[in-house]
Amino acid sequence: MSYAETHEHHHDDHDHKPTGLGRWLFSTNHKDIGTMYLVFALIMFFIGGAMAMVVRAELFQPGMQYVDPQFFNAMTTMHALVMIFGVIMPAGVGLANWMVPMMIGAPDMALPRMNNMSFWILPFAFTMLLATFFMEGGAPAGGWTMYPPLITQLGDGFPFLIFTVHFLGVSSIMGAINIIATIFNMRAPGMGFMQLPLFVWTWIITAFLLIASMPVLAGAVTMLLTDKYFGTSFFIAAGGGDPVMFQHIFWCFGHPEVYILILPAFGIVSQIIPTFSRKPLFGYESMVYATAAIAFLSFFVWAHHMFTVGMPLAGELFFMYATMSIAVPTGVKVFNWIATMWRGAMTFETPMLFALSFVILFSIGGFSGLMLGITPADFQYHDTYFVVAHFHYVLVTGALFALMAGAYFWLPKWTGHMYDEKLGQLHFWLSVISVNVLFFPQHFLGLAGMPRRIPDYAVQFTEWNMISSVGGFVFGISQLLFVWVIVKCVREGKKADEQVWEGARGLEWTLPSPPPFHTFTIPPKVDEATAHS
Amino acid sequence: MSGNNINRTVRKLLLTAVCMFAFGYALVPLYRVYCDLTGRGSARVAEADAGMGDVDANRLVTVVLDTNTRDIPWTFKAERHKTKVRPGELSEAVFVVENRSGRTVTGRAIPSVSPAQAGVYISKMDCFCFNEQVLAPGETREMPVRFIVDTDLPERFSSLTLSYTFFDVGDKTAADAQTGQKANS
Repeated sequence: MSYAETHEHHHDDHDHKPTGLGRWLFSTNHKDIGTMYLVFALIMFFIGGAMAMVVRAELFQPGMQYVDPQFFNAMTTMHALVMIFGVIMPAGVGLANWMVPMMIGAPDMALPRMNNMSFWILPFAFTMLLATFFMEGGAPAGGWTMYPPLITQLGDGFPFLIFTVHFLGVSSIMGAINIIATIFNMRAPGMGFMQLPLFVWTWIITAFLLIASMPVLAGAVTMLLTDKYFGTSFFIAAGGGDPVMFQHIFWCFGHPEVYILILPAFGIVSQIIPTFSRKPLFGYESMVYATAAIAFLSFFVWAHHMFTVGMPLAGELFFMYATMSIAVPTGVKVFNWIATMWRGAMTFETPMLFALSFVILFSIGGFSGLMLGITPADFQYHDTYFVVAHFHYVLVTGALFALMAGAYFWLPKWTGHMYDEKLGQLHFWLSVISVNVLFFPQHFLGLAGMPRRIPDYAVQFTEWNMISSVGGFVFGISQLLFVWVIVKCVREGKKADEQVWEGARGLEWTLPSPPPFHTFTIPPKVDEATAHS
Repeated sequence: MSGNNINRTVRKLLLTAVCMFAFGYALVPLYRVYCDLTGRGSARVAEADAGMGDVDANRLVTVVLDTNTRDIPWTFKAERHKTKVRPGELSEAVFVVENRSGRTVTGRAIPSVSPAQAGVYISKMDCFCFNEQVLAPGETREMPVRFIVDTDLPERFSSLTLSYTFFDVGDKTAADAQTGQKANS
């Protein structure tokens, strides 16, 4: 029973789209807000990417070429802030906005007006952050982790940085509350928690992580602010404070944040792999429990980011074992994805290609994470390019590739048009090859001792840096192809049917492509076939 | 999907967020307790500040304050030439610097401790040498150094010299990458 058949008789209540700019400014529609989140993330992706290009250009050769060291450090710092808070997080929230109501059979998000606000905070926040480039003292250059006392020496941009973080925190907490309120209260009748698609599950858990960890970050940066302007000394040694305490509080937020970035990616991949393997997801329950276990453990591993600051031996051992233990639920997930593919009738369309490369490359990032988690080894790797390689494998080939996979997967649903499969695959192959040329040599550089966040390096690092930069430039240019694929898809792609992919299961695929402005105003009936994919 | 249920969920979640914000601040005293238990971190320093730490009351160490300038039109003096401090106690020394020239000058002080073996036993909590100092024409500035001499200072050191040399780091805007690196090294 398709959506069109059941809803034909009250055709008058959808597609009352407001028009013009007001449609977007005052939107309370989860689909429009989802689109705005995604477009915003795409724009910020190119801004953050341009900063990375500056970094790679400067590191192409030893010596100082194009920028001075202060600006170089501003580039690395701002690249991180933009990519984490402006790309990965908004893109994840955008997907949640689009897909969660459609996956659980809800007409919209629980709090549509708050939804509008949580999006529109973002452009203001990032205008503030990017404006620091034109201020006395320049943009933040002390690293995205904002360690004092270095960060408090930033000029006029300092309060702008702090308030940007506050804004981003408020935005994501509101978004998280909205997502939980929607999933807890607005599921279609018959859809229990254990019938939820895995993408919805990962977003429940991510939203809880956001609510628990973003306020801690807000507290930490507020302390920085009062330290600089109001005479407190939370982190000033001369006043009895301790700068190391900032690192503890920051990473108390910071490690859950890592999983905020990656859990939605797990969810996306868990939707895509069953679809293109034409089999249900292997070990659904264990996937849910593994995700919850990862989230829970993420609160007890923060100090592995700071093994070298000086800690009692017992502490270092505790954080090492806790870190290692996260590999267990993560391993459960990876094996479940592989088992899902086992003997499946697999096809390799672009979303599946991205999802497959996610599984392989994310695992590489996971393994280098395990190496970093070994306390004695970390003293060697700390603050080297090995760390840079590690977190780019989990964030670029992990989180970003999963978001790309999701974009290709749901693009026909959103736009009603198929994207150009040839161009999509070209984008995939260019990306996956260049990204490895970009980041794999950084492992070698790190092991050889090249420190991160430094604009110059010793001459023996030249070759790998050149190779890495070439990979970086190709990867950067390849992403323009992604924009072209989207534009082409919207303008001239051939019509997509409601099912789109042969193996797709779930409520969202019972809706027409593109779905009407208002969907599921009457809750759908959930049965075995439409429950979790 | 009644509005009541949604409101209840939202209220609980908002409360959680507020509690977590408070938890961030609660980490401050918790950290102090942790440091007390493990003897780590500069919470010990805070104790010393309040006079509760293990100050060695039986011993006085002379700290001589030495000032130099190099290619910079500044007068740089210590308020007192020498001071006596107890190991473990937070002490302060004040320096005065004056810009005698008619232009704005940016200077940086390079510290040194002699005898060099005693260097590890002095911890500076705050020092004008941590930052570059910018002085307007004719400006005079008092600058403190707050430091603690470690109680583990071997008996053979009865006197330490804290020495600072001010260098002109030039016009910051004109300073290219090269000089920036030199000034840091």
